[in-house]
Amino acid sequence: MTKEDCQKLVIDIIADIAPDEDLSAIKPEIRLRDQLQLDSMDFLDIVMELRKRHGIEVPEADYSHLASLESCAEYLTPKFPTKA
Amino acid sequence: MKQTRIVITGIGLTAPNGNSLAEFRQNLLTGVSGVTTIEVRYMGRHPAGMCTFDPLKYQKKKDVRIGTRVGGISIYCAREALADSGVDLATRDKSRVGIYLGVTEHGNVETENEVYNISQFKYDTKFWSHHHNPRTVANNAAGEVSLNLGITGPAYTIGAACAAGNVGLIHAAQMLRLGEVDLALAGGVSESPQTFGIFAGFKSQNALAAHEDPKKASRPFDEARNGIVISEGGCIYTIERLEDAQARGAKIYGEIAGYHVNSDATDYVLPNPERQAECIRKAIANAGMTIEDIDLINTHATSTPQGDIQECVAIAEVFKGRRSPPHINNTKGFIGHTMGAAGALELAGNLPSFDDLIIHPTINVDNLDHQCNVPGLVINQPKKATRVDVILNNSFGMLGINSTLIIKRFVA
Repeated sequence: MTKEDCQKLVIDIIADIAPDEDLSAIKPEIRLRDQLQLDSMDFLDIVMELRKRHGIEVPEADYSHLASLESCAEYLTPKFPTKA
Repeated sequence: MKQTRIVITGIGLTAPNGNSLAEFRQNLLTGVSGVTTIEVRYMGRHPAGMCTFDPLKYQKKKDVRIGTRVGGISIYCAREALADSGVDLATRDKSRVGIYLGVTEHGNVETENEVYNISQFKYDTKFWSHHHNPRTVANNAAGEVSLNLGITGPAYTIGAACAAGNVGLIHAAQMLRLGEVDLALAGGVSESPQTFGIFAGFKSQNALAAHEDPKKASRPFDEARNGIVISEGGCIYTIERLEDAQARGAKIYGEIAGYHVNSDATDYVLPNPERQAECIRKAIANAGMTIEDIDLINTHATSTPQGDIQECVAIAEVFKGRRSPPHINNTKGFIGHTMGAAGALELAGNLPSFDDLIIHPTINVDNLDHQCNVPGLVINQPKKATRVDVILNNSFGMLGINSTLIIKRFVA
């Protein structure tokens, strides 16, 4: 799992959580809430989908790591299981 | 005591056979059923009435995802009613608008979905959605309308089993008369076919319709009827005090002439024709009318073997002294039982009779049950009437709730 792959997985989730948003020009380094209409409930949805789809737990204390695509990738990539 | 006059000025609806009053009425006059079959979780295919309105007409995809089906139905109907009424909310005090929606039940769909969802994760509740509570609060349908329209007045639902559509309208009329609001969005809504529980419950009660042709499955008054077709739908009216409607030059569909709501206090599910008759009689008295004034009765009959007979007994008893019978019809043969929406939706399908003087028929009556052979029943073909000035609408529900609503032609 590369950080780019991880970003794509997060974008896939956001596409379902915020289906009205245009995600084609999303900037990885900018906060997601500054470029998309996402509220706290949406972030709970993102946390839930990470749990459901990828078995990844994000404790509440770590929610700040989900601020941007870049920080998501930084935080989440090591949590994906490495291939044997 | 002279009461404030309350009138209907807008109608928004979605039924299994129509997404506007014009389409709905046309299909009622030409015998077009909207019943189909759907896959019910754990139960296979069953007849059901499903609506085909476009949820994205008035909602964003995200709101559809987060909200409920009944919320979407309610928003569609409320927006359509407002558009039909000509009311421009932007010019109104939104704190003086009330939303009163009748529901048979709420929360079953969303709870079943979550239980099914966590069953895919070994019943680990950490997979239970945080959306569950706002989706399942009893005021969900009305609350979603208030969010969508920015209405800040009272917005809540009224649980009244299958009498709820009528009771929503009745409650709104009372709130207008009390001066609590200046405009009401009122009626009934249902998302019932999305829950397997209601199908399974009626099946266990031997009251779920079965027929190889879904369009023949809902057949009130027919000898071969065998139960209820579960349907979704919604119908929301704008209603106003007459002086307010006239001040803005509103089109007026009809006037709420009278109503009554009572309780059987006899059984959880079995109807009580004595109390139904009392409800009808008291509504007529409340309207200041006699049995001679009623031109059209839209029955509640749901296509169950016992329930249809009981209502016919009640109607025959109330109208027995009348010189010539009123016209009597039923709408469920076309759309199944839309539960919380039934009273409001079935009334809407009959309101055009004030203008065209046509009574839509009760369909699927191949062999009339002689116990349902009440005088005046309009069967299988529409009937031209010489007078339709007053419509009496029955809606009854479980736990013995009865409602009768009387609408009369508006005369200034």
